[in-house]
Amino acid sequence: MAKKIRVLIAKPGLDGHDRGAKVVARALRDAGMEVIYTGLRQSPEDIVEAAIQEDVDAIGLSSLSGAHMALFPDVVKLLKKRGAGDIVVVGGGIIPDEDVAKLKRAGVRAVFGPGTPLAEIVEYFRSSGT
Amino acid sequence: MFRPEELDANEKRLRRWEGTTLKESLKKQPESRKRFLTTSSAPVERLYTPLDIRDWDPLQKLGVPGEFPYTRGIHPTMYRGRLWTMRMFAGYGSAEDTNRRFKYLIGHGETGLSVAFDMPTLYGYDTDEPEAKGEFGTCGVAVPSLRDMEILFGGIDIGGVSTSMTINSPASVIWAMYLANAERRGIPWKSLRGTIQNDILKEYQAQKEWIFPPEPSMRLVVDTFEFGSKQVPQWNTISISGYHIREAGATAAQELAFTLANGFEYVRWGVDRGLKIDDFAPRLSFFFNAHNDLFEEIAKYRAARRIWAREMRETFLAKNPRSWLLRFHTQTAGVSLTAQQPEVNIVRTAVQALAAVLGGTQSLHTNSYDEAYQVPNEKAVRIALRTQQILAHESGVANTVDPLGGSYYVESLTDRMEQEAYAYFDRIQALGGVIPAIRKGFFQQEIANSAYRYQREIEDKERTIVGVNDFVVDERPEVEPLRVTREAYARQLRRLARTRKERDAQKHEGALDRLRKVCEGDANTMPFILDAVRADATLGEICDVMREVFGVWEEPLLY
Repeated sequence: MAKKIRVLIAKPGLDGHDRGAKVVARALRDAGMEVIYTGLRQSPEDIVEAAIQEDVDAIGLSSLSGAHMALFPDVVKLLKKRGAGDIVVVGGGIIPDEDVAKLKRAGVRAVFGPGTPLAEIVEYFRSSGT
Repeated sequence: MFRPEELDANEKRLRRWEGTTLKESLKKQPESRKRFLTTSSAPVERLYTPLDIRDWDPLQKLGVPGEFPYTRGIHPTMYRGRLWTMRMFAGYGSAEDTNRRFKYLIGHGETGLSVAFDMPTLYGYDTDEPEAKGEFGTCGVAVPSLRDMEILFGGIDIGGVSTSMTINSPASVIWAMYLANAERRGIPWKSLRGTIQNDILKEYQAQKEWIFPPEPSMRLVVDTFEFGSKQVPQWNTISISGYHIREAGATAAQELAFTLANGFEYVRWGVDRGLKIDDFAPRLSFFFNAHNDLFEEIAKYRAARRIWAREMRETFLAKNPRSWLLRFHTQTAGVSLTAQQPEVNIVRTAVQALAAVLGGTQSLHTNSYDEAYQVPNEKAVRIALRTQQILAHESGVANTVDPLGGSYYVESLTDRMEQEAYAYFDRIQALGGVIPAIRKGFFQQEIANSAYRYQREIEDKERTIVGVNDFVVDERPEVEPLRVTREAYARQLRRLARTRKERDAQKHEGALDRLRKVCEGDANTMPFILDAVRADATLGEICDVMREVFGVWEEPLLY
């Protein structure tokens, strides 16, 4: 049997909007993945530490407050620094198009905006998370 | 109330219809789906008749407007006397940016102010603290010092206009800044009108902008009740909010039930402090969501008024009719706005706003069509305000009181909302009350379950969202971006640095020391917070003192 995909769903920064992160966490769990939810107000350091401790394949970062540019790239950088650059980082939330391009250049592999079907997110983790 | 022979006749007629006209119609044209659901996934019947409100007594359930139980509205003439307050929630960037936006909105006919604060301010951090990284001015305006508050309201007649401030954990600090600003401008506190949200319970349940654990937080809230009732008598010291509970995923009935349960909890804490209920209850106000389902929303507002009036009079034994009134603000549902075909959000918002007006709201915020992307730009916010003005001046819906009163559907929905709310009150009580239920994650799990079910219904196409899972077009939406500027950020940092440098260090330190002592004891904190603000202590410094004394909340993790 294939190893279960392990995913960390994280809320970086001060943003308290956790509806989307929780819905995605649950959809991934229902799709058979191991999901660890960090809870709110995590620094990039906290998130990277949890990802390494939990030995995850992928991290989903959620932010709706506009702080994504200040926080998402830091997670990618810190992962590389800790020798865990193989962990896939994706983002979701209210993220303008021009920032999506910048985030991708910074190593965030995919960005899911409002209205993205859960099936599409699940499929992404399934195909890139192992 | 229907006479038994009337009901019998109705029933017979209905059965005959089902066997003939309806049956033939369904044969030719079956209904388009197996079940019809409200936005909250509650079933909707094909037809509502007197049989659905069998024992319904209009005298007891409705009464007349402006009298107990206020189902039809809190004023005898409702909007014929005075329209609702058009109050647009606004804030971004620095105090200067938001001050300009306020003046723009007032210039276009808004009748009340409403401040959106940025994330660091909501969490009690100054702009330059490490926790605030990347968050300056994105979701609202940064107000870490009295100087920011002065600029925010510069040139605005705060003695004349009412101001609502969406601030919770640090509500007493931000309110103290507002009061200190009025004091410096020579405006008496007794003339000030407005609202601080100050509803900490729903923060643990839904909005998640908490700092301290529940008990010290509740103490701070009751401190404002006590202080306000004596010193700022026209101020609403709390806005008990279902809005965020709904946005986080709750159904309409959960929004109603959790909000009112929280309301009763505040009343208990006030009474336990030794306050007279009729001294503070008239200043409790409410805030509800207006989601997509027109009738469900209207029923929710009507049920809310009836339950509150009954419980305040019969359970809490309030004597002053002002204590029985549930006065509320409404905001259309941010969560319903789509990033796809954003202009269509104008129509969604109009329908939601209509629900709020038909439901008897006292004030209203209409969302802007670009808010699935950002804090709104000027044009978008003007259209949102115009939507309210059309309802008020063109649609005719404000001409009569509670126009849907007596509708079989709306009355039956109102009754059902009420029953569902009481069922939740029992469950909450069985868990030991609101705060123990928060600690157990009860509300949080109920809300997460509803949010997930709603999303699944969209995925399974049981629910159509125009532009998202049907009627889709392939286009790149054009939304004029609104960005916080680097200059605004740099200016903000300079202002904070200057405030810290120029203030009287001794006075500042003394005020914070006294605040610490009062936090450790049990006297009312408000006068000491005011002194700290007057001594130019920043929001972050004041909240740090409280964090040290009170500790910080850690929420149960669940999804």
